[in-house]
Amino acid sequence: MSWNDSMIKQAKKIIKMYPQKRSAIGPLLHLAQSKDGYISDDSIAVISELVGITEVQVKSVSTFYSMYKQEPTGKYLLSVCKSISCEINNSKEIIDVVKDFTGLNNNETDENDLFTFEAVECIGACGGAPAMQINYETVEGLSSENTIKLCEWLKEEQPDVIIAEEMQDNFGGTKSFDWAIKDQSGTTGSVPGFQTFNTTKEKK
Amino acid sequence: MKETLLLTKHMRENPEDSHLIDSYEKNGGYETARRTLINGSPENVLEEIKASNIRGRGGAGFPTGVKWGFLAENEDRYLVINADESEPGTFKDRILLERDPHQLIEGIIITCFAANIKNAFIYIRGEYAKPARRVQDAVEQAYQKGYLGKNIFNSEMNLDLVVHLGAGAYICGEETALLNSLEGRRGEPRLKPPYFPAVKGLYMKPTLVNNVETISSVPWIVENTGKEYNKLGVEGSTGTRIFSLSGHVNNPGNYEIEMGSSFGEFVESLGNGIRNNKKVKAYIPGGASAPWFRGDQLDIKMTIDDVANNNSMLGSGAVVMMDEDTNLVNAAKSIVSFFAHESCGQCTPCREGTTWLEMILDRVASGRGRASDIDLLLDVCDNISPGLSWPPKMTTICPLGPSAVSPITSLMNDFREEVESLIPTKVLL
Ligand SMILES: Cc1cc2nc3c(=O)[nH]c(=O)nc-3n(C[C@H](O)[C@H](O)[C@H](O)COP(=O)(O)O)c2cc1C
Ligand code: SF4
Ligand code: FES
Repeated sequence: MSWNDSMIKQAKKIIKMYPQKRSAIGPLLHLAQSKDGYISDDSIAVISELVGITEVQVKSVSTFYSMYKQEPTGKYLLSVCKSISCEINNSKEIIDVVKDFTGLNNNETDENDLFTFEAVECIGACGGAPAMQINYETVEGLSSENTIKLCEWLKEEQPDVIIAEEMQDNFGGTKSFDWAIKDQSGTTGSVPGFQTFNTTKEKK
Repeated sequence: MKETLLLTKHMRENPEDSHLIDSYEKNGGYETARRTLINGSPENVLEEIKASNIRGRGGAGFPTGVKWGFLAENEDRYLVINADESEPGTFKDRILLERDPHQLIEGIIITCFAANIKNAFIYIRGEYAKPARRVQDAVEQAYQKGYLGKNIFNSEMNLDLVVHLGAGAYICGEETALLNSLEGRRGEPRLKPPYFPAVKGLYMKPTLVNNVETISSVPWIVENTGKEYNKLGVEGSTGTRIFSLSGHVNNPGNYEIEMGSSFGEFVESLGNGIRNNKKVKAYIPGGASAPWFRGDQLDIKMTIDDVANNNSMLGSGAVVMMDEDTNLVNAAKSIVSFFAHESCGQCTPCREGTTWLEMILDRVASGRGRASDIDLLLDVCDNISPGLSWPPKMTTICPLGPSAVSPITSLMNDFREEVESLIPTKVLL
């Protein structure tokens, strides 16, 4: 097995949360991705052994869901919404701007492993359309100019923690609703920032 | 027109800290659950829910009291909260998760008390990282206070609550797909019958699946009685509902209102009208799955039955306004390609049909359409949803396939000329 002890320990803790081991596959795949930025064959083998089902079954689960990446992702996963409310609010332009800036097509990662670009379906920010997520942290009410600035900021500053509030303040516009509280924590990789996966961190 | 704040009251009045347990408790939070567990009875809770006549807020609008009544007897029963919110246009559960997670937890405690459930799950879509963090923090706070875990509020009741993150699949919002996903499988819907969640749900045990907004309403109903709730709104659509308004409006957002006013009033007053004083060309009354209404149908009332009687659905409560300049073929294409992308692939009409629809619409939208394409589109639609009736006749395991047909039948019934105008009349060389 190629997960280190602390990962295995974390995995066992996750498995214990469920009445049946198999239910842990989803969270374990997120955990795997937090380690490598994608679902490696190694991780499939580890999960298969931990949960007690075949590797093919784990693989078949992992390929069903769009958030489990089968190829390595960059440090920043740029997911621009293209669903209806964004579509009628110029999401095409935002998509073009991001594509131009990064030189990437859908689901591609650049040579420096900095950016991965994807056009995605509704991210629940329709009131602030057009919207996008960076490593699953949402920024709403985008304009083309601000989207470029956001990409430039990521490229130059390369923040280790992505915080929705910080992006929204600096590059966002209309919001779906009043966010009210300014969280200081965010995500540390191209996985959802979530306590269970140790992928969330406070900004210093 | 005014909002009626039940579910969004606490967050509105306490914007700085509505998500924290201290703030929630300072404003009376968890008192209803405490009293119910110590002095109440499961039967009484169920009676209140039935008397409220609340219908599910996830899309299908099934009466919640009836659903709870169906739950089969078993030692192990589960509650699963559907927080997979992914229907394009919908962002109402997000605000409930982010800004008032304790209201949901209190609803879960009361529901589990009423249904004698010891294990509950909140299935949150993976892209909702921030809402999930807020809920996870809230769950930990509730455990620390002894509101979850063993002997809740020093009563006999035990309850464990797990926050589970999905991984990007709209279809997991469909309740049986959600259960498969929660079991660590591909999110493919199960056949009903025999796999009704209330009988054979999670791990084949009786399971309640309810939407975030539905369960967030439970504390108010139990505190104020079902009778009071039933007085709000109109018959068949009682209580308040959080509508997500988006598209070409001046003030998009979530608005909690009693059901019963018209879409036009709603957009004019709370939405502050259409941007740049434009007219509405078409609008979606209940999320991307719902057939559209025309701009001259703004007087339709925002109730489950009124919308259904006009051959659409109030669905998830997502209202999307499209102004007179909207390219409706592109709009329909966006929706169809959503369904093509999200089809789980089990049923041929859905898997193949949505792919074909996407391809043909793409051709038409880009000016390369053929004279036969309109008939072809309708023919493919007919294969997915025979007769193109509403509600649709099912040829598929779940309603996702027929949903993809909605925007196309809307286009063809009401905006056919717009489609025709895009099809070149001369042969392109
Ligand atoms: C394709 C599809 C997607 C759905 N997505 C959701 C969803 O994201 N959230 C939700 O609560 N219900 C969704 N539903 C409805 C659920 O199947 C189920 O009816 C609902 O969660 C029951 O809860 P309620 O009775 O409280 O509404 C979806 C249904 C279908 C067919
Ligand atoms: S209708 Fe589509 S999404 Fe639903 S089960 Fe069939 S293939 Fe899957
Ligand atoms: S349609 Fe783009 S966030 Fe919902």
